[in-house]
Amino acid sequence: MIKNEHVIITKNLTRAFGENLAVNQLSLTVDKGEVFGLLGPNGAGKTTTVRMLAALLVPTSGEAWVAGCQAGVDDQGIRQKIGLLPESPGLYDALTAEQNLAFYGEMYGVENKNQQIQRYLELLGLWNRRFEPVGTFSKGMRQKLAIARALLHEPEVLFLDEPTSGLDPQAARLVRDFIAELKEEGRTIILTTHNLEEADRLCDRVAVISGHLLALDSPRELRRKLFGRRVVFHLLEANQRLASELEKFDFVTEAQVVENKILVAVDDPEEQNPRLIRALVESGAEIQFVGELRRRLEDVYLELMGAVKGNQHE
Amino acid sequence: MNRIKAIITKEWREVFKNKFVIFTVSFLPIMITALPLLVLYFAGGSDDFSGLSSADLPPQFLPLCGELSGGDCMLYYLVTQFILLFMMVPVIVPMTIASYSIVGEKTTRTLEPLLATPVSTLEILVGKGLAGVIPAVLTTWGGYLIYAVGAHIMVANPAVVSKLFDPLWMIAIFLVGPLLSIMGVSISVMISSRVNDPRVAEQISGIFVLPVVGLFIGQMSGILLINERFILWMAAILAVLDAILFYFAIQVFQRETILSRWK
Repeated sequence: MIKNEHVIITKNLTRAFGENLAVNQLSLTVDKGEVFGLLGPNGAGKTTTVRMLAALLVPTSGEAWVAGCQAGVDDQGIRQKIGLLPESPGLYDALTAEQNLAFYGEMYGVENKNQQIQRYLELLGLWNRRFEPVGTFSKGMRQKLAIARALLHEPEVLFLDEPTSGLDPQAARLVRDFIAELKEEGRTIILTTHNLEEADRLCDRVAVISGHLLALDSPRELRRKLFGRRVVFHLLEANQRLASELEKFDFVTEAQVVENKILVAVDDPEEQNPRLIRALVESGAEIQFVGELRRRLEDVYLELMGAVKGNQHE
Repeated sequence: MNRIKAIITKEWREVFKNKFVIFTVSFLPIMITALPLLVLYFAGGSDDFSGLSSADLPPQFLPLCGELSGGDCMLYYLVTQFILLFMMVPVIVPMTIASYSIVGEKTTRTLEPLLATPVSTLEILVGKGLAGVIPAVLTTWGGYLIYAVGAHIMVANPAVVSKLFDPLWMIAIFLVGPLLSIMGVSISVMISSRVNDPRVAEQISGIFVLPVVGLFIGQMSGILLINERFILWMAAILAVLDAILFYFAIQVFQRETILSRWK
């Protein structure tokens, strides 16, 4: 058995298709109640990783443990304990929403099937459409129904593979809000997505992969590690003299004047900002606003991918 | 067992909304039931054969006629020719349903969430198999019943009609029919696991109907005699063949190969 706090553990998880290494030596852990993002370009091995963890593909080498069950050893155990939303919803169009869920209720052996169906159809706003064939549903409705299907048996781990892909902004937002609700409930969710804002908003930690693991941390830590932290001082009038005053501090690595702002690179703004503000005021600066220059997760991602491309060219 | 029942119900809800499947599943049994009835109708009853003697019949067939007169024996000969034609129904119908059921999962991309559930490969294949076998067997039995009733109306001599209920027909319809259905399903599963189009699966599976057609031609031409011994041997061979084919069907239905190949 694995330690309780880790719902997923992978050790050097590898999967090859012929000569092609889709996933190479992936080692990570996911904690209970965590929303964990898998990011990477097309063909990076995200879906292959999810499929290995969902006991759909057998690893070529390495080990994976999901909810206490080892992949390739207790696959039935894994399948009972996980819920999967694949890239395509994969619903039976000729069946009604209720029939789709009832079918999967039987597959998972859900005892209180009818209550669970009602609960999730109501929660996702599909209860009034339950007798309609899924073939008549919009993309957003289908995606919501597929999420209901994945949750029907109250899985310990939920895998969501590109849950908002191909949805219009309104439908995407509905799905995203529902994932946020699941996060609030303390569900363990593995989310693969190309939408970096979505990952930034929803994920506690993200793994950036491109065949192998490139980076693994919280979005905030990844930003800090790659770009450091920068504080922006909006002044009535910024100049190089004020910037130089700030550079006198040991903890300031750079102070740059941009229009009427001074951008200051620091390690710990919460601790160091009061001293910087005091120095600026004492130097005659008139401070209008102070904020942190927030890098997007997209910047982190592009930086990491740029490094991968650079390495490949060398 | 609940999972298998759920799969069967789901398959029927899905497959029988496909007009092509409904056409194939209903047209063949209707045709195969109607054809012998038409032959009997146009034969006009045993009076037309009253002038026939046993010398006009294939010699190997005579022992089957027992006490029947030459004309009645000829009529019984005609009636019996269609046993093998009836045997085509339990092969073709499940092949069509199974092909659409398995390859259809690929085209609608429904297989991945299904395989992610704790359902076993055996349960999937038994469920999908029975979804094909049950309608095929019921259709065969229904067709046979209509044929028997039609023959009763059209054939004057009850002794000839009663031959339709002798062990030869009973074994053929109630034992060989279901065994042929299982064979059809197993073959379809194996082929459907490898191809991406239900029509291709159906066409390749169709090749396996040829031995039944061959038997039919053999019987019509007098080379073969379908008697009780023959049909019992056929049942025994089919039972062994079914076990082997179903085993291979499970082996061929590789969950991960199917998933990684079907993109």
